[in-house]
Amino acid sequence: MRNKFDTELENLNLELIKMGSLIENSIETSARALINQDLELVQKVNEFEVEIDEMEKTIESHCLKLLLQQQPVASDLRLISTALKMITDMERIGDNAEDIAEIARYLVNQKYIKDLVHIPQMADATISMVKRAIDAYVSKDKELALQVCKDDDIVDDLFQLVKKELIEKIQENTENGEQAIDLLMVAKYLERIGDHAENLAEWVIFSITGQHKTK
Amino acid sequence: MINNDKIKIENVNLYYGEFHALKNINMNVKEKEITAFIGPSGCGKSTLLKSLNRMNDLIEGVKINGKMLLDGIDIYKDMDPTMLRKRVGMVFQKPNPFPMSIYENVAYGPKTHGVKSKSKLDEIVEQSLRSAAMWDEVKDRLKKSALGLSGGQQQRLCIARAFSVNPEVILLDEPTSALDPISTMKIEDLLVDIKKNYTIIIVTHNMQQATRISDKTGFFLHGEVVEFDETEKLFSMPKNKKTEDYITGRFG
Repeated sequence: MRNKFDTELENLNLELIKMGSLIENSIETSARALINQDLELVQKVNEFEVEIDEMEKTIESHCLKLLLQQQPVASDLRLISTALKMITDMERIGDNAEDIAEIARYLVNQKYIKDLVHIPQMADATISMVKRAIDAYVSKDKELALQVCKDDDIVDDLFQLVKKELIEKIQENTENGEQAIDLLMVAKYLERIGDHAENLAEWVIFSITGQHKTK
Repeated sequence: MINNDKIKIENVNLYYGEFHALKNINMNVKEKEITAFIGPSGCGKSTLLKSLNRMNDLIEGVKINGKMLLDGIDIYKDMDPTMLRKRVGMVFQKPNPFPMSIYENVAYGPKTHGVKSKSKLDEIVEQSLRSAAMWDEVKDRLKKSALGLSGGQQQRLCIARAFSVNPEVILLDEPTSALDPISTMKIEDLLVDIKKNYTIIIVTHNMQQATRISDKTGFFLHGEVVEFDETEKLFSMPKNKKTEDYITGRFG
């Protein structure tokens, strides 16, 4: 009875999965660019960013077309408005990954003041959050979305850890200060990515329950 | 602002012969609100609407039990149908102006209820046509036949005719389904505008219309009220799966 509409919603899911995997790749590549001090990877992140922006526009116009043609109500309306909100957070994640890549470009010839241990862990945690938030949207899985919200604490704790270590490095030698601040910014961008990923999960919860998650 | 219950429907069952058309309906309609009835064809929504001004009385084999109260008075036991229809006006799907002048269409009701004074009738006609947002369109041709008006104008004339006896409740059965978008929009604006003075119940197949103009919506299915709630809630987060399936076009 509503074959065309269901097909369109299925396509919207596929587009979100595609955009999701682009931002996962982008976070991962930006972290590797930093760790491996690899300019080619920085360039790759820039390319992802262009693609992510394109994807945002594509999904936005798809959602607007569905609002216009189907005048959705109830769960359909929530699904489409949620997609519209999610792509904004996803696009911001793309921006943050690019910000990290730019710092990687700047640090490409510097010897690191410490081994990068917790920053890659932060990147892994945020990638996992993004991936599961999109999965939760597609499979309408509220429990999974709630789990993603909780996992933001892991990212926040890692940020505090990185901050503490970097302060120690500055106390050891004030000449470490400049690089420590750059690395702290990387950690802060990852912490922001975690927040955006949590937003994604919160939108998923809204689309399933019609209620905003109470903090 | 908390409005009072204008209409109370209590345990109403209606049968067309053997056919059980309304099943144990309970619903309170607040005054000065717009209440929309939605549901697939044959679900009972028009039957309930018509029962509210006893349009089913003349259909053979109709049996109604339960109570329908207007301001607490049982409309089937303690109210004369003529008085009921003065207080509760009805507008139908297809505009049905009388084959007479625009003026006479609007003056007909008040005349029936005993208004004789020409100046009083003039006043009622002007006021009713103004309320129906069509005075400026027709004031220079009041003596012309109402049948010469466009469909949208005819429907607004029927609404003006309903106003003319100063009712408290106006029932509308798919009033815009035969109209173009502009006429539809005019009638929707009109209904929202007049709800400060009237209690309005509208049957509509246009769900966007229900979301645009109504305060409450009732979803009917197989003679039952499946869900009755604030319109915004019903269309954003329906409680019943059948409501969700109907409004999202999964059946119906």
